[in-house]
Order: sequence, then structure tokens, then C-alpha cells
Amino acid sequence: MSEMLLQIDGKEVRAKEGITVLQAAQSAGIYIPTLCHHEKLEPFGGCRICIVEAETNGFKRLVVSCVYPVENNLIIKTRSEKVDRIRKTLIELMMAHAPDSPELQKLAEVYNADRDRFDKDSSFCIHCGLCVRYCTEVVKKNAIGFIDRGINKEICFVPSVASKECNDCKQCFPLCPTSYLQAAFVLTESLAFPKDSSKPSSKE
Amino acid sequence: MARIQSPEKLEEFRQEILSKRDPNTPCISICAGAGCLATGAREVIDAFTSEIEKQGLSATVDIKGTGCPGFCERGPVVVIFPSEICYLQVSPEDVPEIIDTTIKNKKVVERLVYTDPVTNEKSIKESDVPFYKYQQRNIICNNIKIDSRSIDDYLSIGGYSALSKALFKMSREEVLAEVKESNLRGRGGAGFPVWRKWDGTRNAKGDIKYVVVNADEGDPGAFMDRALLEGNPHSIIEGLIIGAYTIGSHEGYVYVRQEYPLAMENLGIAIKQAEEYGLLGKDILGSGFDFEIKVHRGAGAFVCGEETALLMSLEGLPGEPKPRPPYPAVKGLWNKPTNINNVETWANIPPIINKGGADFASLGTEGSKGTKIFSLVGKITNTGLVEVPMGITLSDIVYKIGGGILGGKKFKAVQTGGPSGGCIPEDQLDLKVGFDELTKAGSMMGSGGMIVMDEDTCMVDISRYFIDFLTNESCGKCVPCREGLRQMHKILTNITEGRGKEGDIELLEALAETAVEASLCALGKSAPNPFKSTLRYFREEYEAHIKEKRCPALSCKELISYYIDPEKCRACLICLKKCPSDAIDGAKKKIHIIDQEKCTNCGECLEACPAKFDAVKKISGKPVPPPIPEEQRTIVKKSKEK
Repeated sequence: MSEMLLQIDGKEVRAKEGITVLQAAQSAGIYIPTLCHHEKLEPFGGCRICIVEAETNGFKRLVVSCVYPVENNLIIKTRSEKVDRIRKTLIELMMAHAPDSPELQKLAEVYNADRDRFDKDSSFCIHCGLCVRYCTEVVKKNAIGFIDRGINKEICFVPSVASKECNDCKQCFPLCPTSYLQAAFVLTESLAFPKDSSKPSSKE
Repeated sequence: MARIQSPEKLEEFRQEILSKRDPNTPCISICAGAGCLATGAREVIDAFTSEIEKQGLSATVDIKGTGCPGFCERGPVVVIFPSEICYLQVSPEDVPEIIDTTIKNKKVVERLVYTDPVTNEKSIKESDVPFYKYQQRNIICNNIKIDSRSIDDYLSIGGYSALSKALFKMSREEVLAEVKESNLRGRGGAGFPVWRKWDGTRNAKGDIKYVVVNADEGDPGAFMDRALLEGNPHSIIEGLIIGAYTIGSHEGYVYVRQEYPLAMENLGIAIKQAEEYGLLGKDILGSGFDFEIKVHRGAGAFVCGEETALLMSLEGLPGEPKPRPPYPAVKGLWNKPTNINNVETWANIPPIINKGGADFASLGTEGSKGTKIFSLVGKITNTGLVEVPMGITLSDIVYKIGGGILGGKKFKAVQTGGPSGGCIPEDQLDLKVGFDELTKAGSMMGSGGMIVMDEDTCMVDISRYFIDFLTNESCGKCVPCREGLRQMHKILTNITEGRGKEGDIELLEALAETAVEASLCALGKSAPNPFKSTLRYFREEYEAHIKEKRCPALSCKELISYYIDPEKCRACLICLKKCPSDAIDGAKKKIHIIDQEKCTNCGECLEACPAKFDAVKKISGKPVPPPIPEEQRTIVKKSKEK
């Protein structure tokens, strides 16, 4: 693996080939906001909040830093008028689902986002996929997954797996940027867990 | 049949097929494509078969169920070779007359040939029909000549000669150079130079490489890939093998959309035949090159036409796009270098190898070469598939080939590039068709959908319609597409239903920018096009909807009212009887009035009112005039003047 030299916010950064712009920035102590990123998980690129401006040979475009691999001589600006404008809209779009999420509120303050800009949609999940991916990639239990597609997409516990695994694990709970995950779990537990396993302690 | 072991044997076999065929034997070709089958082609084929048997002509007349020649508007289409007489809208009842007149007496059944609606001029030969005359049919022309299920038919028109040439007379580099010289660009949407994609996969590290046919044709109203798959599957297989040889791949996949059962069937038959003939499988034509093809049936998601989503789906995972880079050429199917091209792209390869890249590049504009198949649909007289040289003007397609707008209405816009394409207005009809030209005009080539719209089409509603489609087809992975489109759809629906507000246009523009700049794949990045292009060319329609609650095209149901002009109403009761919601008050000799409270804006009264009275009006943006006083409603018959 060769080493790449790039510039992030005016700072020269050396990075190993194959890592992402976000990783390079983080290793140099440069902050880029993220929501769906988690260091233990494969890059997902769902929330797009880590979008940055990238320049190669005078050609500028926006790239999503958590999935964009480093390139030699890449010039990255983590903020610009356009980057901020797009992050603002993205935050506002997610706030239509989860207006009271502390993480979103913090970001909203930085980017001057209006939580009421868009019509509310009362499903609190912002589809960052942290719970689903953590359960699959780290815990390796596949107790929760996405179902359906597009605007109908939802996270969903698989009752037969979740009833055996989740009560003793719950590692995904603190990852959720909204309060939806726990609600979904409680709902699944009350509606679909097999009777004998629905007790709070499930030591077998 | 034993596998053909060498190029010489292939030629011998071809000559053997040709020697058994007399070019002067009458051949009745009947389109058996999905479009004509829907209008009764199966019955026509059966009628021809039994009539010919009945008359004892089986030995002297051939019958073929062929692929789609494109003129779906007038199906079932029948072409009789060698004279090329073209009969349209043929029904089983016409069959005995065709046999008697044309097959036996070499005369033409005048009533079944194309008659120009304006000049009344008749066109007997297929190539004289205006719909075909202005086309340049290099690819789709073979559809009507061959039985889509007969490899011998494909061989009889020179099939697999390009493969034989590539395998035995050309190095991989020479094939690539030919494709490079042709400047062929991908027909699936993005228009990426084909040779560069091939070269990328060829040079990528890895022993195992894949080639894929993207046959997930998902654009509403587009069916050019279906016609090729159904009508001439061998041409796609041949192109794919040539590509595989050049790239160094031994395994190919055809990803066919769920909704194309006939294409699946014909493709399956073709693959089996090619394997039997030694044109697929181990040691193709004795060249030492191995290649096999597997067919994968899609599960009905538009987004799977996007190449990374297609590969995910092929692997059995949910069809969600992956970020690029890495590109599939480097890391594709099962992380191996993979080259994906669209159906039409692959079908263009054999002629490029046979006739040379320069020949292909002799047609077209600076950046777009060769021909392109479009599916011409919408408010157009001649619906169907048209293959035209790049660089033809939109106006020529709409008027010369398409025969203009239906019912004498005025042209308003043509939407190109599928749901995420754009609408091009009348003052740009001189635009030359090409990848870069269409993009510059705010639309795109896409895979070749072309929807013509007339003056009755509301451009805000069109934008809402396509955004609605894309919202439903978004995979839901990234926020700007899933959430952005959802909000755009809500706002556009509000505007078309009379709830538009100041600032809506600006909000839509912000959402469009976010989707274009921040979406993960091409679906989201191009999804705002219908909005952006209609705003660019028809901004006044958006403003009329928002500020005046007026739909200038009188199309948005919530913004229009129906009104009976008391000066014109002759109290004929026709509309009154037709009204499904009993909203029309009146009687014989009593001028009719629509009760606006009861009216559901279905438009039945407007349709029903006799043209000579023309009393029912649509109005928008202004109040309905108050009903006339009761005492003035009685129609007094005027005494006849001398």
C-alpha cells in the first residue's frame, strides 16, 4: 500500500491508499460531521452529512467523505457555502422525522437548520442503519434488518432471532440517533415475541 | 446437431442453410413481439398457418413469427417478402384475402396498406411507409426478417460471422481498437464510451472477470431493449461473446427484468441453440475460447437498472446502489472486475466488427455516433420504436416519423431520457439528438424513451408524475433521494391541487440541488430533472398554479371547473344523462346548469356535449359565472326567418 498526499482544509495530510477521506481527516484531527458512520462498521454512505468539496486538477465537485477513497493531490474543503447549504437541507429533511433527536439538534444549531422547514412525517427513524449494520457486522446475529424499499423502508426486528438474542445484548440501543430503535424493540417484543421468551430476563 | 468446430465449418453450414432457401419463395412475416401479440398477432399467425395448409401451399410459402419491427401503433404488422408488401392492423379475417390476392395473384390488398391520413397516398412497401422511410434501421431492421426462435434464420442473415471474425482474424487489441474507432457510447443512459469501459475491465487485476447484459429496462413507456431481446436475442449473445473475448471473461450474465417473460423465453431458447451449435460453451468454434451465459431474472425494481444495484441484486442482495469508486470495472460482481453494458449496446457490437468502427462512426454528431432506438410514445400519431441516426432533429422524429400530434392538437413538449429525463419545449425542436446535445438542453438521452406531450398536458403535473414514480422507486438508502424526493413530491402535489405557497419553487430548487449533489447514485442525482427542466421552460405554469390557482393547460382536476355556456346550450339532455354524479340540472328546452357543489370534475359532460353546440367549457383560475336566473332558462324556439 502506497502513501497518498492530500490537503484537507489547507493542511497536508498523509494517508494510506484505500482509506477514505473521512478516515484521513479524522487521523489528522480534522472534524467532519457524521451520522451513519461508525468506526467498527463498513462505510455506508446513507446520511450524506459528511459531504465535502473535493478538487482535482482544478476540477471541483462534492463527494461524500465516508465512502470516497483518498487520492494523491486531492484538495478537500470540509466546509464551504455550498457544503453548508446542502448539510442544512439534509438535517432539515431528517428533522422532518426526528425533530427532537439531540444529535440532529446539535447539528441544526451549527448549520442554522430550521426543524420545521419540511412537513413532518411521524416515523422517527432516519434510516442511518447503525442498528442493522452493527447487529450484522459486529454482533453477527442479524436480529434486525431493513424491510421494504424507498420511502416505505423501515427497520424491523426479526422476532424469532430477537426474542433469543436481544434482551441480553442491546448493544445497538445507544447507537440510535433518535429514540425509535428502542420503541421498535418494545413494540416487537409486545406484539411478536413468543410468549415464554417475552419476560425481561431471558436467561435460559 | 454436432458442435461447429471451425470458422470454415460455420460458413459451410451457413451456405447449406442458404442453399435450402429460395429467396423468391414468398415469406409471410408476422410480428410476434409483445405489442402485436397484445393486438392479436397469435390469432393472425394461426390463421395464416391453417389457411396455407388448407390451400395446400405449405411447400411453397413460408410463415414466420418475427420480432418487433417497431410500428406498434398499427399492429399486428405483416410483411410479405420478397416483395416487402407491408400490411397493417391485420386481423384473422383478412388472411384468406391476403393469400388469394397477394400470395396467389401477386396483387396488393389496398385496404390493408398504409394510407397517409393527410394526402391519402398509399405506401405498399414497408420502406416506403413514412414511419419507416425517415428512419435508419441498422439494428432493429433484422427483427422482421427472422424468426426470433430460429438460430438458422439468424445465421442466414450473416449471424455469428462477427464472432468468427473476432475470434480468428482479430486480436483482442484489434477488436478493442475497432470499438474505439466506432466511438460507440453506452445506450443505457450515461453514454460512457464503451471501449473505455471494456479496456478498464480488461486491464483490471484479477483472473475471473464477468460481463453483464443490463436488460432491466425500467423506464415507463420504453421497450426498445425488450424488442431486441424478444426479436433478435442472438445479436445480443454474439455481441456479448465478442466483448467477453476482448475483456478476457468466461462467464456472462443477462439480467432481465421480471416483466419480460417473452424476452426471457426467447433468450433462453437462443442460448440453448448457440450452445448446441458450438457458439457458446467450451472451445467456441474451435478457437479455444470458453464462455457461458446465465440468465438472471430481476425482481421488479427500477433502481436495479443502475449498475451497482444490478450487481447487488445479481449477488442475491437487496438492489441498492454502492458508492463508486470503486467502479465495477475494478470491483464488480462478487468483487471481481465486471463490465456491464445495456442490451442495445451489445447488439451494436456485431455490425461494428463486421463493417468496421469507421462505418459506424460515419453517422451521427461530434460526440454521438451511429444510430439510436427510441420508443416514441405519448400524444403522437405513430407510436412505436424508431431507430434514427444520431444528429437527427427532434422535429424530424416527431413530425416526419411520428406523424405529428394526435387529433390536430398543438405540440407542447417532448420528454426524453425516461422518468429522470427532461422536457424539451417547442422552440428547441430543431435540437439535434445526441448525448451531449440533450444534456445541454436540460434533458438526457437516457435509454431512449421519448414521450410527446400536447397542449392539454400540464407541465407541473408531469413533473409531479415523474417525481412520484422516482419517489416510489428510490431504494431508500440515502437521505437526499429518499427524503428529498418524498418532500418534492409533497410540494408538487400541493401545487397541482391548489395548495401551492409562495416560496415553494425556491424550496423545490433547494431539494433539487441537494438530490443532485448529494445522492448516492444516478437515480437520485438525475431525479430532479423533470422538475428542473419544466421549471426552466415552463416557469409561468408553476407561477400560475401557485399565485392564481390556475392550471393553464386546464388539466389539474382540483384547479378547474366545468361550466355550461347558457348562450350555447341547446338543452339536449345528453350531458345531463351522462353525468355520473347527478350534478347537472335541466330539462328538455331548459338550459342546463352544473351544480358546482356536486360536480367531481370528471369531464364526462365535456366529452358528451355535441361538437356543434360546444357548450361545456373548462375554466381555471377564475370563478364560475353565476347561474342564469330561472326565468331565462327556457329555450324559446326561434321562428324561422325567411
